Amino acid sequence: MAKVVLDFEKPIVELEQKIEEMRKLSDNLDIADEIATLEKKVSQLRENIFSNLTRWQKVQLARHPDRPYTLDYISMIMTDFVELHGDRAFSDDKAIVAGFARLDGQPVMVIGHQKGRDTKSNLYRNFGMPQPEGYRKALRLMKLAAKLSRPIITMIDTSGAYPGIEAEERGQGEAIARNLFEMSHLPVPIIVAIIGEGASGGALGIGVGDRVLMMENTWYSVISPESCSSILWRSWDYKEQAAEALHLTARDLMEQKIIDRVIPEPPGGAHRNPQQAAAILKDTLIEELKLLQKIKPDKLVEKRIEKFAAMGEFHP
Amino acid sequence: MAWFRRSKENISTDSQKKDTPEGMWVKCESCGEIIHKKTLEQNLWTCSKCNFHFRIGSKEYFSFLLDEGSFKEYDKKMYSKDPLNFVDTKKYRDRVRETIKKTGLYDAVRYGSAEINKIGIVIAGMDFAFIGGSMGLVVGEKVSRAIDRALTAKKPLIVICSSGGARMMEAAYSLMQMAKTSAKLTRLSDAGIPYIAVLTDPTTGGVTASFAMLGDVILAEPGALIGFAGPRVIKQTIGKDLPPGFQRSEFLLEKGFVDAVIHRKDMKDTLTKLLGMMYSN
Ligand SMILES: [Zn+2]
Repeated sequence: MAKVVLDFEKPIVELEQKIEEMRKLSDNLDIADEIATLEKKVSQLRENIFSNLTRWQKVQLARHPDRPYTLDYISMIMTDFVELHGDRAFSDDKAIVAGFARLDGQPVMVIGHQKGRDTKSNLYRNFGMPQPEGYRKALRLMKLAAKLSRPIITMIDTSGAYPGIEAEERGQGEAIARNLFEMSHLPVPIIVAIIGEGASGGALGIGVGDRVLMMENTWYSVISPESCSSILWRSWDYKEQAAEALHLTARDLMEQKIIDRVIPEPPGGAHRNPQQAAAILKDTLIEELKLLQKIKPDKLVEKRIEKFAAMGEFHP
Repeated sequence: MAWFRRSKENISTDSQKKDTPEGMWVKCESCGEIIHKKTLEQNLWTCSKCNFHFRIGSKEYFSFLLDEGSFKEYDKKMYSKDPLNFVDTKKYRDRVRETIKKTGLYDAVRYGSAEINKIGIVIAGMDFAFIGGSMGLVVGEKVSRAIDRALTAKKPLIVICSSGGARMMEAAYSLMQMAKTSAKLTRLSDAGIPYIAVLTDPTTGGVTASFAMLGDVILAEPGALIGFAGPRVIKQTIGKDLPPGFQRSEFLLEKGFVDAVIHRKDMKDTLTKLLGMMYSN
């Protein structure tokens, strides 16, 4: 199943392969017992490894190339998706996808970063690193959702906003700032789900919402461990230490009261069972949305501003 | 995050003292002109030969921008409590303590109420000398409180920006200050109270992608570096040299991202005119 295997996943995958081979070889009952024992062993091994992951290993899982991306989740948990393109000013940014879709039958505006799976699609998607037009497309469609009283769901998965000449010329900083400002007071429910990487302003640019959720094996911070290492340690070699120092996992951010909920992933991570990961995400989104829809729009905005105002609240 | 490597270029009175005999002369880093410190101060820390704008702190900025004796500072001694116990090659806690000692500042922004030619305002001024003007909890909180104060006092808000980006050692907390300050600004906007951002060298990273770019009017000093990504990161990413003047104030004016480039000597007059037309309390 797994196309890419991380170092710490190897013992698990090897054992799984062994079980699979045994299955193929025979349907002998004696072997069935042995298989059952091995299966128990593999699930213990998995639990052991996954309950002791370092922060850097979590970062690796968040970037796992087999992990579901925004469009994968949309196709697994929503129906009637109609993708809408363009910022109506300059172009269509492929690193952010957006459109109307139905979640549990209910129309929503869904917006997310989109990475590619291979070289070709990664070039097409600019490795999930948006230009200003991506943020402006997102804002245009969020305003449309607000006009039509449709909730907004965003999925975050980016290694950052693209640092390029054209991006700067067209106001990357302004585009992100504008989204933070506007998202703060759109009078419809906004749910933000971090499904992979949440790097800096490029992530936050579609990340202001009433509920901010993080999948179990994702990260969210102001800088990547590698860049942090290169700046603070002046070497690329301290990414593990940087990841620890940044406290960037879902559990960390829950403790810091920056996110509202950790969404569990199937054993071994979302990439080992995308369908199940999607099902959990879907149930969570439906549950959260129901709660938010009970709140009146002006109250919703008030609470959202208060929520972000209280982040890292200063206690002198 | 460019502040860290560029810290050597940082203008501070200490380094000037070391560089020049008896510490009375300063060299313009743009044209090389040797300028007497008194002359430099009289010129509001700009070079009279080439108009280069020296980097200055909030204290210097307030000294020529605000009516004498009008500045009343709030929350002066708010400092970072190091929420993550962050350690890189050094403990962040020690870094903060040492910087406080060295600069006499408690973090990278100061704010208060003041007057500009008798017009009451709330003002915040950033200090690049404090860990590169990076935005962490304290900057986010103080800018937010400045916004709150402008709102309750119904006075215009001015923020003098100068920042190398985010305070990495406060990680996600630092990132959230972008959302926090931007969210607060919606309230000022709803109340019809003007907010003017003044961008000085450098204004980059998280500050650019939040309150710096959200001014109702955005003024920039000549030649200031203004951008989201730092030039070093961009160069590294694209593997090409950057065009001359890229990410400088005049470039942003040309591209439509600042309203006007204003010489430091004209800043007070310009703000007075704008405030007079933008708002009557
Ligand atoms: Zn000069």
